[in-house]
Order: sequence, then structure tokens, then C-alpha cells
Amino acid sequence: MRLLVVEDEPDLLAGLVSALRRQSYAVDAATDGEEGLYKAKCADYDAIVLDVMLPRLDGWELLARLRETKATPVLMLTARDRSADRVRGLDTGADDYLVKPFDNAELFARLRAIIRRSTRQTRSLLVIGEVQLDTAARTVTRAGQSVTLTAREYIVLEYLALHRGEVVTRTDLHEHLFDENGDTLSNVLDVHIFNLRKKLGQDFILTRRGHGYSIA
Amino acid sequence: MNFFASIRWRLQLWHGLLLFTVLCGFGIAVYQLENGRQARRLDEELQQRLPLLVESQHPVRPGEGQLRAFTISARNAALFDQGGDGSFYYVVWLHHSQTPVIYSTTAPPDVPLPQAGAPTVRQRGQLHEAFLFPGPNDCVLAGRSVAAETAGLRQLAWRLAGIGLAVLLLGLAMGAWLVARALRPIHEISVTAGKISTGDLTQRIPVENTGSELSRLAAVLNSTFARLDGAFAQQARFTADAAHELRTPVSVMLTHLQNGLASGCENPEHREAFEAGQRAAQRMRRLIESLLELARLDAGQESLQRNPLDLAETVADVLKLLLPLAAGQVITIKSDLAATPCRADGDRLTLVITNLVTNAIYHNHRGGEVWVSTRLAGGMAVLTVSDNGPGIGAEHLPHIFERFYRVDSVRTSGRGRTGLGLAITKAIVQAHVGTIEVASEAGCGTTFTVRLPE
Repeated sequence: MRLLVVEDEPDLLAGLVSALRRQSYAVDAATDGEEGLYKAKCADYDAIVLDVMLPRLDGWELLARLRETKATPVLMLTARDRSADRVRGLDTGADDYLVKPFDNAELFARLRAIIRRSTRQTRSLLVIGEVQLDTAARTVTRAGQSVTLTAREYIVLEYLALHRGEVVTRTDLHEHLFDENGDTLSNVLDVHIFNLRKKLGQDFILTRRGHGYSIA
Repeated sequence: MNFFASIRWRLQLWHGLLLFTVLCGFGIAVYQLENGRQARRLDEELQQRLPLLVESQHPVRPGEGQLRAFTISARNAALFDQGGDGSFYYVVWLHHSQTPVIYSTTAPPDVPLPQAGAPTVRQRGQLHEAFLFPGPNDCVLAGRSVAAETAGLRQLAWRLAGIGLAVLLLGLAMGAWLVARALRPIHEISVTAGKISTGDLTQRIPVENTGSELSRLAAVLNSTFARLDGAFAQQARFTADAAHELRTPVSVMLTHLQNGLASGCENPEHREAFEAGQRAAQRMRRLIESLLELARLDAGQESLQRNPLDLAETVADVLKLLLPLAAGQVITIKSDLAATPCRADGDRLTLVITNLVTNAIYHNHRGGEVWVSTRLAGGMAVLTVSDNGPGIGAEHLPHIFERFYRVDSVRTSGRGRTGLGLAITKAIVQAHVGTIEVASEAGCGTTFTVRLPE
């Protein structure tokens, strides 16, 4: 999953980026509204964490302009919590709303929820054949047996599982699983897919030659 | 209202006294003038009659002045005998005559001889008499009873008293109307000031542009209210702004501290430091939320979402949530919940109940009891929360609803207490136009009573 965090307070931005990276998200950062809008329009993020009070272009305006072209899930962060503000945020197209200060755990849960909703999944537990994926606990079981995955393997699996039935291209996977700072070699992805097949079954992930991967 | 302290009644009283004095003075003056006028007229009439009596004397023998006789002509006698009680009379003394005293038929008996040299008019009881000494040792006297005049004057006095009373009553009625009219703006001012003192700072006194003393006073008060309103709004805004400004730094602290804890820090000292930092940050977060809630209630900017609900049900829900907390402190909660419909903001009412019950739990001995009851009384929904804890000292009672006031001077930072709970509770109750009271006896426990309009 690849996220964009737009926040002008550098310490909070650094804290959020490191907390989200620890959750195995690929995280890009922007420190003002214009940079945020530019990045949000250029890449397909799975979700955007957007502060309301931003220099150059505030969160409302950014959201309104983003919605002209993209439906990326947006979680607004704000220090204002009057219900009028909340209504405005949700009406402008925000998917959720979190008032500062917040617990990291709540931020993670809300992000998972809006990402899940955007892929039309309603529950945090994904069941694919004998494999069960708990996106809240980030655990995977196969036929009731716990399967140990590395963080990277897990996010590749989660992305494919959330887009179950679709063909996910290698470019998609690169865009969504690695942030702008990541200089990953293309065969890293092949290694992850190989390991996942070894742990979950050779036929679990299908290869569509010339297109990408999919989970049936 | 104290009868004599009321300006209205004092004005009425003074007005009545003044009117009464003026009417009395006027009545007495009229009476005296009429009395004097009648007395003068009678005197004049008597004086006019005296010369007739003098003329009626003549010497017994012409040319000899010693012996004199008295013969009154019929025409003149008619002037002294109109008959009836009010008739004039005469008495003549002729010292050297055979008949020293001559009376008219109408004269009363035993008229004494006037003293020579005395004033020429005298009054004996109801009789008014004038006399003259035409010659040595001769005296003529004309008189008349004033009984009729006295009766007339008495009648006049009654009439004056009657008219005076009517005027006094009319004057009092008009005075009452005038006073009420003059005091009406003052009443309006006090009603408005009352609304302002209960927290509605947007109220203003309606000012008529007449430039009267009261409209000037109203204008001055209005500008004072406006400044007060401004100061309150500024304070509420300041609290809100300060809280908002604190939110971002607290977010930074929480995020980084939780990152630190999540990174699997092995050193127990570092871990303890991170945890202490996180507890402090969480506490600051609660403080910020409480300050903002207070600022919002002060500013009245977010109107309450008042819906019909049953106070008893709300209390039951809160108690269910607080049972584990009570069990942890070894406190028994007993409730007596009668269905109590009222119109209130459910979330805020929940906060009020939670604050009062957690207070009762924390400020209690281990093994203590907390009683919660709801009922309808006098058209109000009444909630009482009592405990049998150590109670609150009388010196603290007036202050316990103040912000950050602590009964124990030790600032116990634990238990998530912000020192704002009761201040918020009171602000919420007042926003519902309700009242909250506290009664406490050292050693016997504390009772909070909340009354909300039904």
C-alpha cells in the first residue's frame, strides 16, 4: 500500500512517516498544499493523509481540486473539531476525519478501513480458499496454520488480495508498494512472489504473461 | 420584596404624604378664610345696627340729658326680630333710667354688661355680640347666635374633607400610574441584566432615542454589556485558540512516543521514559479536549442537540459502563431510577452523569457506596448522586465548580482527572437552563443534585 502524507509540521510529518513505514506502508511526504496536490495527481496512492491547515494551498482546496480527477481515499487530520468543519470536510469528499491529537493505533485502523472500503471490501478478514488474511492484525493463516511472512511479502499479498479477481500489473505493484525513495530492483518483486508461492501454494498467485499477477 | 425597600412603594408613600399635606393645608386655609369672612360680615351687620340703637335713645325730658328713655321704632325693631334662632337681638343699659336694662324679645337671658374699655366685639359661646357706649354708663349691645354659621362651617369642613379624600385617591392612582410608567424602563433594564447574568450575553436593553435619563443609562449599560460580551468572547476564543495550537505539538509527542514504544525498545529505563511521556501526552490531550468543551459552552457557539429522552435510561447506560471502574475501587453502586422524561443533549448529559459518578467513586473509601437516583419533582428532572466518602470541607464547597480547583492541594495527576470535570458539568447543566447543587458533610459524604427542565 502506498500512502501520501501531507503535513506542514516537520516533526509530526517525520513521526507519521516513520510510524506508517513501520506498518509496512510505502509512504511519500509533502510539506505544503501545492506539493501535495502535485504528488497526489501524479501517482495512484491507496490513501492520502491530509492536514487541513497547510501553507500555499489548504486541505479543503487541495481536496476539492484532487476530486476533479481522482477518487483516492482521503483521511483528513485537523486541529479544528467543530461539527461544522467535520461536515464540510466530509461534504468536500474526505473519506474520514481524525482530530489531533490522535493515537497511532486509531490512525492505522482508520486508514485500513478507508483503503478496504475503496476496494469494496467490507471486513478486515479476507478469505481466499484455505488462506485467511487478517488485515487488522496483519496475520496470514493457511488451513488454520499460521504462515510467517516478511513485511514486504505481506504487503504484496495484501495488495493482490484486496484487488482479488483483477490483474495487477508489475507497474501497479511497484507504484503501490514502494515509495518515491525506494530504489528497488525489478527482480525484488519476483523474489517476493516466489516466496509467497512457496508458503501459500504454487497456484495461489497466477501469472498472466505480459500483464501481471492475480489471485483468483 | 421588602415593602419599604421598593422604590415604587417609597415613591408612592412620599407622593401620598405630600399630596395629603398640600390638601390639608389647602382645606384648612379655605376653612379659615370662610370662617373669617363670615365673622367679618356678622361684625359689619352688628356694627351697622348699633347706631340704630343709639338713635333710639332720647332724653326723658328734652334738654335734660341726665335721664334717657329708649323707644325703638317698629321699622328698626324689625331688624332685630326676624324670628327663629338666627335672629338679631339687642340689649340696652340705661344707668340712669328706671329700666336700666332693656331687652329685645329675641335676646337671650342674662346678658352681662360689657366692661368699658374692652374690645367692641365679643363672643360668648354661640353668641356673637357688638356693643357701644354712647354716653357715660350707657351701653347698647347688638348680638346674634352664630349656630347657623357654625353648622354651615361644619358642613363645609365635611365637604372639604370629602373633596380632599377624592383628590387624594385620584392623585394616588395617577401617581401609581406615573411611577409604574417611570419604572417600566428600569424593569426592562433589570430583566435584560438578569438574562445577561444567566449567561446570555447577546441581550441588549431596548433604547428609545429620547435622550431621557433612563435611555442614557440604558445606553451606558448596553455599551458595558457589549464590552463584557466582547471580553467573554475573547476569553472563549483565546481558550479555543490555545487548545487548537496545543493540539499539533501534542500530536507530535504522541506520534513519536508511540513510534518509540512500537520500535521494540529493549532498555527498560528508556521504555519507562517513553511510557511516562505518553501518559503525560494523553493527559494533555484530555486537558485540551476539556478546555475546548468549556470554551465552546462559554461561547455558546455550538447549540445543544436537545432531544426528548429518559434520564433514567441514560443513567442506567452510564452505570453499566462504570461498573468495572467501581468494582476496581471496591465501591458498590446502588440506583433508584424512576422514569424521568426530559429534553437534553444525550452526549453531554452522559458526560454530566459520568463525571458525577466517577467523582463519587474516586472520592470514596474502599468498600464505600454510591447512590444514584432519578425522579420528577416540581416539573424538573432531578438527578442525585451521593456517596458516603470523606465529604468536602465547607471551605471548599463554594469553589468546587471552579476550573482547576482542587480540594486536596496535592495535584493528583493520575486517574485521568483534569480538574475541569465539575466545571464542565456545571457549564453543561447551565446550558440546559438547569441547576446543580452540592451538599456535603465532612465524614458523611457528598450529594450532588442536578435539576433539568422537563
